Amino acid sequence: MDFSWSPEEEAFRQEIRDFLQAELPKGWNETLVLDKESDEYIQVAREFTRKVGAKGWLAAHWPPEYGGLGWSFWQYFILQEELAIADAPIIGSNGPKFLGPTIIRYGTEEQKRRHLPGIAKGEVLWAQGYSEPNAGSDLASLQTRAVQDGDEWVINGQKIWSSYAHYADWCFLLARTDPNAPKHKGISYFLVDMKTPGITVKPLINMAGTKGFNEIFFENVRVPKDALLGEKNQGWYIATTTLSYERTAIEAPAQAQRILNDLIRYAKLTKRHGRTLAEDPLVRQRLAQIAVEIDVARCLAYRVASTQARGEIPGPESPANKLFTSELMQRLAQVGMQLLGLYGQLEFNSRWAPLKGKIERLYLTAVSRTIAAGTSEIQRNIIAERGLGLPR
Amino acid sequence: MDLTLTEEQQLLQSSARDFLRQECPTTHVRAMEEDEIGYSPQLWKQMAELGWIGLMFPEAYGGSGYSFLELCVLMEEFGRALLPSPFHSTVLTFGLPLLFAGSEAQKRRYLPAIAAGNLLGTLALTEPSATYTPEGITTRATPQGGGFVLNGTKLFVLNAHTADELLVAARTRDAEPGISLLLVPRQTPGITVTPLATIASDRQFEVEFRNVEVGADALLGPLHEGWPIVRKTLDYATVATCAELVGIAQVAFDMSVEYAKSRVQFGRPIGSFQAIKHKCADMVVDVDGSRFITYRAAWCLAKGLDATKEIAMAKAWTSDACRRVCASAHQIHGGIGFTKEYDLQLYFRRAKRGEVLYGDADVHREVVAQEIGL
Ligand SMILES: Cc1cc2nc3c(=O)[nH]c(=O)nc-3n(C[C@H](O)[C@H](O)[C@H](O)COP(=O)(O)OP(=O)(O)OC[C@H]3O[C@@H](n4cnc5c(N)ncnc54)[C@H](O)[C@@H]3O)c2cc1C
Repeated sequence: MDFSWSPEEEAFRQEIRDFLQAELPKGWNETLVLDKESDEYIQVAREFTRKVGAKGWLAAHWPPEYGGLGWSFWQYFILQEELAIADAPIIGSNGPKFLGPTIIRYGTEEQKRRHLPGIAKGEVLWAQGYSEPNAGSDLASLQTRAVQDGDEWVINGQKIWSSYAHYADWCFLLARTDPNAPKHKGISYFLVDMKTPGITVKPLINMAGTKGFNEIFFENVRVPKDALLGEKNQGWYIATTTLSYERTAIEAPAQAQRILNDLIRYAKLTKRHGRTLAEDPLVRQRLAQIAVEIDVARCLAYRVASTQARGEIPGPESPANKLFTSELMQRLAQVGMQLLGLYGQLEFNSRWAPLKGKIERLYLTAVSRTIAAGTSEIQRNIIAERGLGLPR
Repeated sequence: MDLTLTEEQQLLQSSARDFLRQECPTTHVRAMEEDEIGYSPQLWKQMAELGWIGLMFPEAYGGSGYSFLELCVLMEEFGRALLPSPFHSTVLTFGLPLLFAGSEAQKRRYLPAIAAGNLLGTLALTEPSATYTPEGITTRATPQGGGFVLNGTKLFVLNAHTADELLVAARTRDAEPGISLLLVPRQTPGITVTPLATIASDRQFEVEFRNVEVGADALLGPLHEGWPIVRKTLDYATVATCAELVGIAQVAFDMSVEYAKSRVQFGRPIGSFQAIKHKCADMVVDVDGSRFITYRAAWCLAKGLDATKEIAMAKAWTSDACRRVCASAHQIHGGIGFTKEYDLQLYFRRAKRGEVLYGDADVHREVVAQEIGL
């Protein structure tokens, strides 16, 4: 057992920090706190993501021929931690995090060469087209159809909750290719250019009042034969690979740490009833508990990363990590709101709002953490059934 | 970064598991609950032969020279087996402070004897004040004729009944730092040892000192400056307790998953009910989280790093998580788990003991609060 970082890894961490210090906009996350879904943020994020991509860092653990640097997975892990700690404006992390590994595993050489470098450079943004109005947790019941017509596939149907679809360049999606097969066995996996005629994107507004996810309508969308990833009707198995990578949540403990650090600072500077909040035993207990949970989450993340560092697809340890961290984020938001009291209700970036209203925003957005990428209930089912072998 | 055990550690783990499966089944655990001594001296001898007792002592003192990480691997197995033994009292709370602060003569005198299984010791630290702070100590050691005279009452002293030597934390002056550590043979006149009845049926005692006289050579470490030695000892003992709790929780968890697969109600295994599945899934996070946060702390200690925060985090989390696991285990088992005959209660009771030993989650969260700058 070894919980240390090598000198090279430490040096890499420092290099990232120096880079972030130099490249992040002035006052980033302190005096300048942008709405993550605003056009301004997206603009900043696109540029910044390209900068990181240009260094080869976004997918540094990939082989060089696909745009990576051939580094160890742990370096990628460290990068994720540092980006999260700094709240760096990175967009389209689904590419390096979970679509890329799927293409590496299942794509043809041609598909790899075509798609991976764009992901690695942060130039091509992808949306995930899995969920449908009637296929959420029960994803395999999806109804979007893809029919072969000569050298093309014709796609018809509707997706929903697709994050980033309103500015994505491409979409990876699941469609039914055999309506007569059992539901898991008639699904295929497609890589689709969002500029293809027949695609309409309609943004949905989330409860924090911002654009984040979308409906996507497909109307006689014609895509080439090689839009198919992997074998026809094997899409479900490929999709579960993607989900295994999606649910790794290695960056989340660092995100939580950043917010906790904000709260600690606030508790020390804020007086109530003649003493600072930091002197209140109840506040100390609550913040300490969050600190403990963050480190437990970190350990769970290390374990997921250990699997990935061996080149394996993450197993049931990844839903365990996702489950714990997503619920931790909600507890953190609640503890933060308790700390702020009446001030907690003040909106993001509004007058008088402490910490620029980041906690209020977190309190709202954290609601989605236990739903997106599979609900907590589904994660628990997976841990129990696939991890522990409990009967269905 | 590497979360796996080394081959050597795995070997230690599997040989300990095999040995204890053989020598310490729960029938033995139950028998020892009723036993007058509370553990098997013969098993203790076997543990000495396996090299477990002196595992962490340097070879020069009859030990095997392993690190604290290996000791925790062993502790986890002891937890799994619910092993009744004087290991914790003798090795962690008596041997380690000697190793940390003993004079050459003291180390030579005690450590090889401990490692050989010939000498038992324990730490007499806590008092009716029931805290692990120097202010909690009122037992007095008054200088007299070059030595000391001890007066006071210690409480929650582990295995005092069979200890050959007591390591007593006593106040040698009012102002802090004012705690000194004294090595006191248990048979010294003026010592009364009275058993306490505890939830885990382990052996804890009230130890009374009435005008107990010891010589100048009884002092371990510098006069008045014994607390740092106690503190360091507590750090190790706390993490070792966490490792033991991990073992306890792991078994309660394994039993529950097994039971959920085999117990049938409404014509199907109860493990097919989601309410049960989800409890099991939450137990995974509790057990695994406990294991890794504990081994991280153990690793820090083994590397000689400052581990105040890591230790407190480990104990804060593990105390709560292992109690939760045992409680869920009982819920999953229904009525059968509530019987004395079924083994689950053995784990539940010991999880509570481990939770309060060296401070529960509240105590350690306060340490975490200090460590994160509050
Ligand atoms: C912010 C956000 C971003 C998202 N981004 C994307 C994206 O980019 N691409 C994409 O494809 N999807 C995306 N999703 C969709 C997400 O994957 C689904 O919302 C999720 O899988 C749940 O599906 P649902 O919303 O239809 O809820 P439902 O499946 O209807 O679930 C409703 C409730 O029923 C429970 N439930 C359902 N089945 C079971 C069961 N078997 N056992 C126990 N309880 C059950 C659920 O846990 C939940 O509590 C996003 C969602 C959110 C909130």
